[in-house]
Amino acid sequence: MAGVAVSTTINGDHVEYLCQPDETLLDVLRDRLGLTGAKEGCGTGDCGACSIILDDRLVCSCLVLGAEAEGRRVETIEGMAHGDKLHPLQQKFLEHAALQCGICTPGFLIAAKDLLAKNPDPTEEEIRFGLAGNLCRCTGYDKIVRAVQDAASVMKGA
Amino acid sequence: MNFDPRFSGRKFTSVGTRPIRPDGVDKVTGRARYGADFNMAGQLVGRVLRSPHAHAKIRKIDTSKAEKLPGVKAVITAADLPDLTDGDAAMYDVLDNCMARGKALYDGHAVAAVAAVDARTARQALKLIEVDYELLPHVTDVDEAMKHSAPLINDAIFTEGLEEKPVKPSNVTKRSQFGHGDVHQGFGHADFIVERSFKTEQTHQGYIEPHACVASVSSDGTADLWVCTQGHFVYRQHCAQLLGMEASKLRVTSSEIGGGFGGKTHVWAEPVALALSRKAGRPVKLVMTRDEVFRASGPTSATSVDVRIGARKDGTITAAEATLRYSCGPYAGSWAEIGAMTAFACYRLDNVKTVGYEVLVNRPKTAAYRAPSAPMAAFAVESAVDELAKEVGMDPVEFRIRNAAQEGTRSSYGPVYGPIGIGPTLEAAKSHPHMKAPLGKNQGRGMACGFWFNFGGQTCTDLNIGMDGSVSLAVGTVDVGGSRASLSLVAAEELGIAYEQVKAIVADTSSLGYNDMTDGSRGTFSSSMATISAARNAIKILRERAAQMWDISVDDVVWENGHAIAKGEKHGNLGRLSLKEIAVASGKTGGPIAGHSELVADGAGVSFATHICDIEVDPETGATRVLRYTVVQDAGKAVHPTYVEGQYQGGAAQGIGWALNEEYIYGKDGRLQNPGFLDYRIPVCSDLPMIDTQILEIPNPNHPYGVRGVGETSIVPPLAAIANAVSNAAGVRMTHIPMSPPRILAAIEAKRAG
Amino acid sequence: MRYIRPLSIEDAVGQLAGSAGTAAILAGGSDLLVRMKGGFVEPDLIVDIKAIEGLSEIRETADGFSIGAAVPCAVLGESAALKKAWPGVVEAAKLIGSKQVQGRCTITGNLCNASPAADSVPALVAAGARASVVGPAGRRTIPVESVPTGPGKTSLAKGEIIEAILLDKRPPRSGDAYLRFIPRTEMDIAVVSAGVNLTLDESGVVIAARVAIGAAAPTVLLVEEAAQVLIGSKLDEAALERLAKVCSGACRPIDDKRGTVEFRRKVAGVLAKRAATSAYARAGGK
Repeated sequence: MAGVAVSTTINGDHVEYLCQPDETLLDVLRDRLGLTGAKEGCGTGDCGACSIILDDRLVCSCLVLGAEAEGRRVETIEGMAHGDKLHPLQQKFLEHAALQCGICTPGFLIAAKDLLAKNPDPTEEEIRFGLAGNLCRCTGYDKIVRAVQDAASVMKGA
Repeated sequence: MNFDPRFSGRKFTSVGTRPIRPDGVDKVTGRARYGADFNMAGQLVGRVLRSPHAHAKIRKIDTSKAEKLPGVKAVITAADLPDLTDGDAAMYDVLDNCMARGKALYDGHAVAAVAAVDARTARQALKLIEVDYELLPHVTDVDEAMKHSAPLINDAIFTEGLEEKPVKPSNVTKRSQFGHGDVHQGFGHADFIVERSFKTEQTHQGYIEPHACVASVSSDGTADLWVCTQGHFVYRQHCAQLLGMEASKLRVTSSEIGGGFGGKTHVWAEPVALALSRKAGRPVKLVMTRDEVFRASGPTSATSVDVRIGARKDGTITAAEATLRYSCGPYAGSWAEIGAMTAFACYRLDNVKTVGYEVLVNRPKTAAYRAPSAPMAAFAVESAVDELAKEVGMDPVEFRIRNAAQEGTRSSYGPVYGPIGIGPTLEAAKSHPHMKAPLGKNQGRGMACGFWFNFGGQTCTDLNIGMDGSVSLAVGTVDVGGSRASLSLVAAEELGIAYEQVKAIVADTSSLGYNDMTDGSRGTFSSSMATISAARNAIKILRERAAQMWDISVDDVVWENGHAIAKGEKHGNLGRLSLKEIAVASGKTGGPIAGHSELVADGAGVSFATHICDIEVDPETGATRVLRYTVVQDAGKAVHPTYVEGQYQGGAAQGIGWALNEEYIYGKDGRLQNPGFLDYRIPVCSDLPMIDTQILEIPNPNHPYGVRGVGETSIVPPLAAIANAVSNAAGVRMTHIPMSPPRILAAIEAKRAG
Repeated sequence: MRYIRPLSIEDAVGQLAGSAGTAAILAGGSDLLVRMKGGFVEPDLIVDIKAIEGLSEIRETADGFSIGAAVPCAVLGESAALKKAWPGVVEAAKLIGSKQVQGRCTITGNLCNASPAADSVPALVAAGARASVVGPAGRRTIPVESVPTGPGKTSLAKGEIIEAILLDKRPPRSGDAYLRFIPRTEMDIAVVSAGVNLTLDESGVVIAARVAIGAAAPTVLLVEEAAQVLIGSKLDEAALERLAKVCSGACRPIDDKRGTVEFRRKVAGVLAKRAATSAYARAGGK
């Protein structure tokens, strides 16, 4: 099987890699590029733990081929903080204890970032439906929703 | 060791505050490393071949074609994992579950495994392994499996616990019984009796992180294992025993763990990964797919329970009886026994009897799931209690308050209670505004109580004071949800220093003495006890060093608020010495300062909770909506209240999923129909409301700070609380969990049809 | 296995027609990649159609709308004109999967995946949507209901690609709606579903109707008799009850992990009633 050469942008950096035609972008990120922040919880788009932003669209990286990233912009959890300054969502997740085991957290943060970019002032219901593609088994979602609400108000003020 | 674990009633400075957890930044930046996030140079990809049959004799496995495939470095079957369990029946079952020996006992049972250079080659190799199966009749339903006509899963099983040893084998491995008094007489005094049968379907813990490990066995017999587990010391023992290794030569490092809830308490694929690595001579990474997680790892029991409770007109329960049948998968277990112990634990009963039956079925080996066995028993009992209250004509809360256990009550499973929280949680629920909130059309309110034992167990902790006065705390209980924060608070409290001065880590198996795993809600309870003990031991040394620096007797040095203070008039001119000052000087006063602790944390305090919920039912479709949910639970002492709330909310959410939608669905062929998150429906964010919590603190007398476990009790009441709410909303008693829309609609239609 | 990203539809058709083994079309990938992951398909050729000009656009023409085969469902919701004209189609498309899946999945893919439970298909069938098919023999336009022929099977020939879904311009006083039943609030596959499309006269009497039921037979059902029940009515209680009865009766469902025969039959009627009520209100009926 011939490899596919891909040239893309990940978290603002130009990246080139060779991948197999059936290899998912999630596998490329994790196994070829060492970006293990996106997690594989299911591999079928049902848990959202592998969420990334691809050209301003929230997607599951397990449902994207590595080959499809050619010429596109990929944003992952590793690019969310600016240097040592956390994104307000990251900070609020910590303050509200919106994580217990933390495996779903990168996916939630990326999904919440996308949500607030498209809707800076969401209602609780909009947050809940906006994050319905991300499964969390530890928290019951209560503290996650509160953290997103708090981050939204901080970001509006900024 | 002169450690005094008794509750001291001290005032707290750090404990009870809500700082940010020490592992937090790594987890919000994607830096934290979980089971599948670790790699070793030269590592191979391991994959497991699983039986597609529910029950089949394995006549022959031919691996020759797979072995010849370029890139395949090892293929193993049960023959590569010889039986070294030496009569240890429980470990033999674990071994058989890791790799089928002669018979495949459920859809998903491992039969062979490969290690190859990449995932594609490994997948291809699995297809080349030829297994010759002889299909056997199977049984997956718990009640069916108990019938005399049921296919036998293990013909060496003769029911234990019967007065007469049975002459024929059966699928019932054990009968157990608990209780006291005379239920026959008790029912004779009852004015009202409720008798009902209930069923619950099998659920999965549903942790988002699949099982994952990297195993590396060297030719000199030493090995490393990186794994997501609730107990790396236990995994080390299991693996060492199954592979014939010396425990000290196998170092197990627990990765960050992406959820366990009981499902990561015994080995599944780890011995397989080690065996593959041993055979291939290279490290092997083995990660389960989600499909494998559902088909082959830890579901809870499916159950069938009969309950009978009687009460006098004044609302006093006169007798209570339950028969509980729990599925164990294809191996013996004690799941019904635990259910039988917990069933009536909330109540003060003169006459009580519970009987449990452990039942083998062709489903995956049952594993613990958060307060294992208790939610199903509580569902049956608390549903019947609600009905009985209605019969008597009492408010369900008042009825429970009247019959609640209290200090001095002999519990239904034997022991006499110390100070407990069932009464206070009921009183708190009674006066909670939720109880008085108005309900709309098609809406119903339900409440229920729950109990869990909590455990303590073997614990070992190191507390090392650095030369700069910072403190590193090494614990051996895996942090499943924030315990490094709570244990840092405890260390800071005991030493009298700031939380930020402490850094807690989970040490690997070579760096610390043995620890039981994080289960039974023991993580914070037992490791905080060991941390307090270690801190006290360190303080003793700190005092000695201060005495040395001052050149006075150690008896004249006390430890207060993080400082050594010289007491007595003759030392009036001596200032205080901070922990840091003593630490900086330690090189000249005798070397490093550390406190160690090895103990068995006895006296875990039992825990109780009361939940209230409001549900709306669509009478045309059977759809449900959770409108409001409140948890009231006794924590003993909430060390980090935010994470205690998180445990309450998380358990409630899991219980809501179990009550309404989650279930293993088997086809007639005995294959699991829904091994994925699409059709195994755990609650999503939009399914739930905010979950209100109220923490009560009734100190555990057997812990210096009064701590009880908090992790598990929260999943016990929801099944019953929701069943009571749905039954009130729909006007028909629901007796089968999950209460999925087809079941609710069918119940409503049946009632309409009369 | 090869992955290609052709720039023209002709090239794509040629590659598909000329491929020796199994070939798969990749737009959103939310079905294809799941099937590949599960080992159910191992295509020799993957043809990514997203770089083909025009396939990622929604075009408003004199006749209505042309929705390119590679347009993600999320984009449908961002088109104000489409949402105004065909709210039922858009709400159906927006129910597929999560936000994450919305960013990838397409209604053409949903149609070609040929699941009887596909969310967008009953709405498209009710809307009278057509598919523009390009193949080695040229272009043809066919009703969407003729594309799926059974679970996982379509009428498309080797080398054929659907390039766009076509929706007509709306007459005045028209409205459509789609409802599905799922046990959770999100992320589930429809247990049963209903799409209703209505046009009213000035007095609020239904003059045209199409009713489609999903997940109740091997393919989506277009229930002619249900349309006849509605035509001539003002959607009074009696008409709605008859609609429910007809729709329940038209179902040929199965028992499976998602629902029972009885449940699907009963709830199909309930959803048809509710969807009709919503479509009627959208058409301006009172």
